[in-house]
Amino acid sequence: MTTDRTALAAGTAPPRTRRRRRLTARRIFAASVPYGLILPVVGAIAAILGYPLYRLVRLSTQHYGLFELIRHKGQSIGLHNYGLILHDPVFWHTLLRTVVFTVANVALTMVLGTLLALLLTRLSTWVRLLLTSGLVLVWSMPVVVAVQVWDWMTNFENGIVNYVLTQLGVGDYFHHDWYATAFSQLSMTTALIVWGALPFVVITIYAGLSQVPHELVEAARSDGARAWQVFRDVTFPIVKPVLLILTSLSIIWDFGVFTQPYLLIGQAKIVPSNYLMGIYLFEEGYLKSDFGRGAAISILMLLIVALLSVVYVRRMVKLGDVR
Amino acid sequence: MSRTTRRRLRQSGWDLLGLAVFAVVVFPVYWMISTAFKRSDDIVSLTPTWLPFHPTLSNYRSAMRMPFFWVDVKNSLIIVSVTVAISMGLAFLAAVALAKYRFTGRKLFIVLMIGIQMLPAAGLIIPLYVVLARYHQVNTLTGVIVTYMTFVLPFSVWTLRGFIIGIPRELEEAAMVDGNTRLGAFLKILLPLIAPGLVATSVFAFITSWNEYIFARVLLNDQSKQTVTVWLSYFLGTSKHTDWGALMAGSTLTAIPVVVFFLLVQRRIAFGLTAGAVRG
Repeated sequence: MTTDRTALAAGTAPPRTRRRRRLTARRIFAASVPYGLILPVVGAIAAILGYPLYRLVRLSTQHYGLFELIRHKGQSIGLHNYGLILHDPVFWHTLLRTVVFTVANVALTMVLGTLLALLLTRLSTWVRLLLTSGLVLVWSMPVVVAVQVWDWMTNFENGIVNYVLTQLGVGDYFHHDWYATAFSQLSMTTALIVWGALPFVVITIYAGLSQVPHELVEAARSDGARAWQVFRDVTFPIVKPVLLILTSLSIIWDFGVFTQPYLLIGQAKIVPSNYLMGIYLFEEGYLKSDFGRGAAISILMLLIVALLSVVYVRRMVKLGDVR
Repeated sequence: MSRTTRRRLRQSGWDLLGLAVFAVVVFPVYWMISTAFKRSDDIVSLTPTWLPFHPTLSNYRSAMRMPFFWVDVKNSLIIVSVTVAISMGLAFLAAVALAKYRFTGRKLFIVLMIGIQMLPAAGLIIPLYVVLARYHQVNTLTGVIVTYMTFVLPFSVWTLRGFIIGIPRELEEAAMVDGNTRLGAFLKILLPLIAPGLVATSVFAFITSWNEYIFARVLLNDQSKQTVTVWLSYFLGTSKHTDWGALMAGSTLTAIPVVVFFLLVQRRIAFGLTAGAVRG
């Protein structure tokens, strides 16, 4: 730009200036190409997600029930909804239950996932291929289908789980009802979630393990390191980034889980004493048509998940930037 | 005992453990399929029949005869194909921008695409329901399609970007030398190279939309408008006597398209979420 202006002031030949200007126009066009390319997605996201999220914030400060839904107009009540929730023991109990539930699920998923991935490295090729195919098959099962299968297997009348446990001599599980207490219901949900999550975790960790140089492990072994020491000092540091990402993903997924507990426990048996956050929100906000309060719960939940996501998103953004 | 024998024994030990894990992990899938082929006497008997000795298709017949099965399959197909078609078109353009251009705001856009995928669906049902109700899109397939795009779009942008990055820059430059603009070169010469990536991403988007439950459950209350997952979740209904055979047949039918597609593209997509982590 500065050169342009000096050139003009000095009264240099006009053709050159014209050429420059044309170049600039072209440059502006070139610079705007990426924006044009992302515009459709940005526009769509703004309309289908941005606007609803903006409405969500406003909804949370309104009394908004069925009547308001029909009129499309809520009554502003300030922060009353938040006050209601934060003074509701059900909210705090649900939050605590969800945190414990998430920790249990993630810990089980990650520990079992790591062990199975390590097992994969020890297997003969044909067994490994068989097990990986099995895992991929499980991975592909739709959640709703998995819930129905679980329901059938743990059915109290003729579920296979009761039969097998009784036959194995674990105890008398004849007509044992797995959905009698909140703890038992949530444990069944955990079993279902961990089973569904394992394939992704195992296969990803296994891929990470294959990056561990074989010579390094051999060297450690010949130096007399035990299996556990080899894992702690050689293998673990190399797969740590993978484990970190998988753990944060699992935390985010398990904290916001809805379909598995909702369908497995069953609408009829869902009560405040077995609420998880997603279900709490669905029951109190949607089913009771108390959209204002539901919106406030949603915002609290989204904020918690946003905090949990920071680690994961930051890591992924770094990768997206480099490549 | 010689050293080789001991090593062989240990290897067999690990392999046995691997086989046991395989049996446990795959059992639920096996149990679903085998139940779907059993006669109802064998299904309800107190001593389970491990194999379908008297295979029958009657469970599949009764599942397909259940009210709304075919209607809901049709709904699912419509929702999924429209969602995928629109999303791929939009996402492809954005993925090109991310993979091939540096621009201010690029990072923000990436954060948006990754961050949105982390939002729990449950947290979004209230705002989406209220906004769609405002525009009379509750209980319509359009409303669900729009909703599904909220998660299919970011996922597709991110995955397609990975495929586009994989194309060597030299190819693109060679095309540009032939007098094409950058974008022109890209579309004409490189689009065919990305076709497999487009297919894989579409298939994965198909799977996630087909499997989706909570939005469909909230937004569609009319049984003739529901998707196949909601149909399956209502299968047990209120009847006292559960027809497990038909339920398992229905489950198998719901799972088949997903399983087939998933097995086809798993290798290409599965690592999308963590690809960078494994490499870097």
